[in-house]
Amino acid sequence: MVKWPNKWMELPIGGVINVPATSVDVKTGTWRSHRPVVNLDKCIKCLMCWVSCPDNSIIRLDDDYVDVDYYHCKGCGICANVCPTDAIDMVEEGGI
Amino acid sequence: MANFIRRLNEIPREELFASGHGLCAGCGIPPMVKIALKAVDGPKTVVNATGCLEVATTLYPNTAWRVPWVHNAFENAAATASGIEAALRALKRKRGWKDYKIIVFGGDGGTFDIGLQSLSGALERGHKFIYVCYDNEAYMNTGIQRSGATPIGAATTTSPAGRVIPGKPENKKNLLDIVLAHRVPYAATLNSAYPIDMWNKFAKASEYLDKGIGPIFFHYYSPCPVGWRMDSALSIEVARLAVQTRIWPLYEVEEGKIKINVMVRRPKPIEEYLKLQGRFRHLLKPENRHILEKIKEYVELNWNRLIRLSQLDSIY
Repeated sequence: MVKWPNKWMELPIGGVINVPATSVDVKTGTWRSHRPVVNLDKCIKCLMCWVSCPDNSIIRLDDDYVDVDYYHCKGCGICANVCPTDAIDMVEEGGI
Repeated sequence: MANFIRRLNEIPREELFASGHGLCAGCGIPPMVKIALKAVDGPKTVVNATGCLEVATTLYPNTAWRVPWVHNAFENAAATASGIEAALRALKRKRGWKDYKIIVFGGDGGTFDIGLQSLSGALERGHKFIYVCYDNEAYMNTGIQRSGATPIGAATTTSPAGRVIPGKPENKKNLLDIVLAHRVPYAATLNSAYPIDMWNKFAKASEYLDKGIGPIFFHYYSPCPVGWRMDSALSIEVARLAVQTRIWPLYEVEEGKIKINVMVRRPKPIEEYLKLQGRFRHLLKPENRHILEKIKEYVELNWNRLIRLSQLDSIY
């Protein structure tokens, strides 16, 4: 997480953000009401969930199987919807 | 050498658009941005008009971008890109700077309505950049007001469906036709349900920029679960239905030659597309039948026109 400066004078001129991709520290996973759970037995490595995920929360492993990044997943359910083999289930949070 | 792909596993792993941004769950914009940043090879800079993408990805002091990024107002995204391109051309000549590519992202409010004059100017001057309009068919960022891109019959907060009007009474503006009137070398429509097609179009655009030919225009169909009042899980499914019902024809225009990328021979009924979205739900009532007929007629007319135009050698 980027540290907020104590005084406004310490801000960079123009308010520019001079470090790339600092948003990765933001925990958007707290938005979620349902969590995707991948069943790798059914996965056919089509990667449709990986390209369609708006939050880059589908992790593409070295062998092209997928895993979920629960720190950023907002639980939208797109991955479960696009999966051609229904390998991803949406499970209610707190239900596990 | 353009990096065209045939399978999704040919897409490189590293992401230039980071997680942790504040776009809604199920937003249709990031799948396009992710592919755009990866498919356009080499160094690049992003110009972003005000809109959902801009406000949600750069919540100070955080940013979701791994590429240089500049924000500007609604109306001057294309003008800013023109300035960057002209400055780059001068610096290349005077100081030997290396080339980089410019990608502009603008929403439908910032492209159809507010930014149309600067876009038209930039297209006419022939600056070399890629302009992507992500079209979620209303001003979603400010609270779902109607825009020039809102289709006929859609309920928004400023065209609510009720006894007086059945949603927006006017038809959607055909933006790609306005762009084609500028004789751009390459323009196309994109859809998130067809990622391979989208990648190949961006790769082709990148090839054009390498040859020093521009500008390039893309019109992207961006589902918005909040504004369209639908389940967030359906956003890719609705995008696919938009193509399969012929509402969103996927085509590209290369030097005036129209090529339809997804030929829909047996279209699905339009009701299937409408019933998934809360903004169109009132159209399925018997008293609004005439609007439904109007939509069908318009879609049919648009598709037939496209087929006829695609048989020409060049529309320019």
